[in-house]
Amino acid sequence: MVLDSVMLSRMLTSMTLGFHIIFATIGVGVPVLISLAEYIGIKRKDAHYILLARRWARGFTITVAVGVVTGTCIGLQLSLLWPSFMRIAGQVISLPLFLETFAFFFEAIFLGIYLYTWDRFKKPIYHWLLSIPVIIGSSASAFFITTVNAFMNTPQGFELKNGAIASIDPIKAMFNPATPSKVFHVLTSAYMTSAFVLAAITAFVLLYGKRTEYHIKALRLTMAAGLIFSLGTAVAGDISAKFLAKAQPEKLAAAEWHFETSKNADLILFGTLDENNEVKNEIRLPGMLSFLAGSSLDTEVIGLDQIPKDEQPPLWIHYLFDLMVTIGMFATFISAVFVFLWKWKGNPFNKPLLWAIVACGPLSILAIEFGWIYAEVGRQPWILRGYMKVAEGATTADNVGLTFIMFLILYIVLGIMTVVVLTRMFRNRPAEEELAKRYPAGF
Amino acid sequence: MDIQLLGITVLWTFLYGYLIVASVDFGAGFFAFYGKVSKKDHIINHIISRYLSPVWEVTNVFFVFFFVGLVGFYPDAAYYYGTALLIPGSIALILIAVRGSFYAFGNYGSKDNTFYLFLYGSTGLLIPASLSTALTISEGGFLEQKGDSVVFLASKLFTSPYSWSVVLLAIVSVLFISASFLTFYANRAKDEDAREVLRKFSLFWSIPCILASLLVFASLKAHNGRHFDNALDLWWMFGLSFACFLVAVLLILKRKKFGLAFIFVMLQFFFAFFGYGASHLPFILDPFITIHSAITNEVMGTALVIAFIAGLLLLIPSLALLVKLFLFDADYVSGKK
Repeated sequence: MVLDSVMLSRMLTSMTLGFHIIFATIGVGVPVLISLAEYIGIKRKDAHYILLARRWARGFTITVAVGVVTGTCIGLQLSLLWPSFMRIAGQVISLPLFLETFAFFFEAIFLGIYLYTWDRFKKPIYHWLLSIPVIIGSSASAFFITTVNAFMNTPQGFELKNGAIASIDPIKAMFNPATPSKVFHVLTSAYMTSAFVLAAITAFVLLYGKRTEYHIKALRLTMAAGLIFSLGTAVAGDISAKFLAKAQPEKLAAAEWHFETSKNADLILFGTLDENNEVKNEIRLPGMLSFLAGSSLDTEVIGLDQIPKDEQPPLWIHYLFDLMVTIGMFATFISAVFVFLWKWKGNPFNKPLLWAIVACGPLSILAIEFGWIYAEVGRQPWILRGYMKVAEGATTADNVGLTFIMFLILYIVLGIMTVVVLTRMFRNRPAEEELAKRYPAGF
Repeated sequence: MDIQLLGITVLWTFLYGYLIVASVDFGAGFFAFYGKVSKKDHIINHIISRYLSPVWEVTNVFFVFFFVGLVGFYPDAAYYYGTALLIPGSIALILIAVRGSFYAFGNYGSKDNTFYLFLYGSTGLLIPASLSTALTISEGGFLEQKGDSVVFLASKLFTSPYSWSVVLLAIVSVLFISASFLTFYANRAKDEDAREVLRKFSLFWSIPCILASLLVFASLKAHNGRHFDNALDLWWMFGLSFACFLVAVLLILKRKKFGLAFIFVMLQFFFAFFGYGASHLPFILDPFITIHSAITNEVMGTALVIAFIAGLLLLIPSLALLVKLFLFDADYVSGKK
């Protein structure tokens, strides 16, 4: 590995995005759960749910702040680190980038209003209505920014003639083949992850703190939502795999260590590669890759043999793909067990299950990270698949290394501070105390 | 108006919007910190916090909006500025990140933490200084094209009198705009003690603000004669700006109509900013990018303008609601809600 401007630009971009997507995911998903809790609270006239929404919203402000500033960083870094790429692709992706900012603007305005108008309306439902534009804004900005990423995977809507771009069709570029599956997967997995993060916090309090009605209701709500969203994520993942088989076969082939084009292709779970690219220690599911790719064992899956050597993504993305899928299945299973025990007279609040729920939070965040690294590294060596390689897009400026170190320090500080501030915020104000103070006579 | 001119006008208007809202925000952070150090925080800080809490995020969007728009309308700008501004741009980003997050840590997390307030207040003055380097570079003379790559002449920027006069102007303008807004806000809250403190701040910063603008003019003459001559042709814009400044200061001095005074401050900067912008044309980045050479293709330009208008139709009512709830709601401003 040579630490030239290209490599350093890649490292800095990965670091910023890797840090940002934690907060971005929470930023897209948590408003949905806040809104859900407030709605249930208003409908059932249950102060617990209202307080739940309030407390989540309070913690949310911290994560939003970090999400906003790191989002600003990546927004500008696109031009700072990849000026040659932006000079070409910037012409085509500026519309979704522009629209994303509008969506973000919309969200920012209504989030500000939502946070500071809890007791200002006579009818509580008016306040709840303000959460809708927040959800629309955050999900719409996820939508627009995902179309940009989808465009980099399956570019269309322009012609490239001698390095100059012509015949731009902005709408065609935005609604490229990768857009539907990517947007679907990004949104469902963000909702899912947020539900499991909030569930994990609640489960932790149930294990180590008081077991109050407030926490029991919180866990039920988040786990039920988590189950629904994780099923949605599984469907979205399946659609994405079928899409990859068709439109980006090299990404799926590298993820599955599928070297030779064939029908009835096996799905490989885990395992290792030796120096001759022979798969060892794997679990082999006969024919399942063909099934995954086209819902039938007869589907021919393109292997790496059909991809030129210098256009093949690295093979280590297999591990990330497997980990992402395994975590997704684990979280779905745990939430299904919880909902089963709760609905059919078991005790969903037993210690092992609570511990498993605690694990689901950080694991879901990891799955988001793994999934993104898989998706991004899976299109190497391209920055604009089929048009521009990564090395042609990077900055020619020196000092990328210095910049990397500056941002590394920034993210370490921000990461630690976020955890410290969030922990203090809730530890010093237990829910039951706040409930007694805010709603002394119930709701 | 052709699409090129329309594009830059749209962007310039957004940058002007950012200039006003960000100045109020940046200055407020500094005053909050200064208030704490000089033990005046019990008088002014609640006013500042009540204004900033619901709007700080919106301020940030104005900035993102501008640079996304710039790249969209002028993809070459991404190339030249992107290459040149790696270090100054990254420093500005880090300052913005520190400020935004520590504002939230301080305001929603541990209240009354002086260290958070220090970070948030001091970065407020450094950000305008670092962002103003982009404007300085746009005058030309700090970039060199060598074959395929663009070289940023950092040492030249650091030793240029023009560059430092712009930094100075950026900082004192921020303090003046912010103080005059907060005076108005405190007055609305019927908080006379806060108003008097803030009124002194705005009068104090008014003189350096005007002196610094004169200094910028003088050093611009030496740095970019073409731009200076263009600016002289638009002398009436700068004249109007100065007249607005006089009206604003007079009103503040006489403790009359603080709202109107702030509108005149906004007009003062409106005329100066658009006068500066108009005389800068046709160059976006002298001499590499003009509004004609660098615009994105027509289809995209049109799509962007349509998106912009559609977005405004959504934004203006939402912003109006925000302003109505937190700026013109007398009960909220005075802390009853």
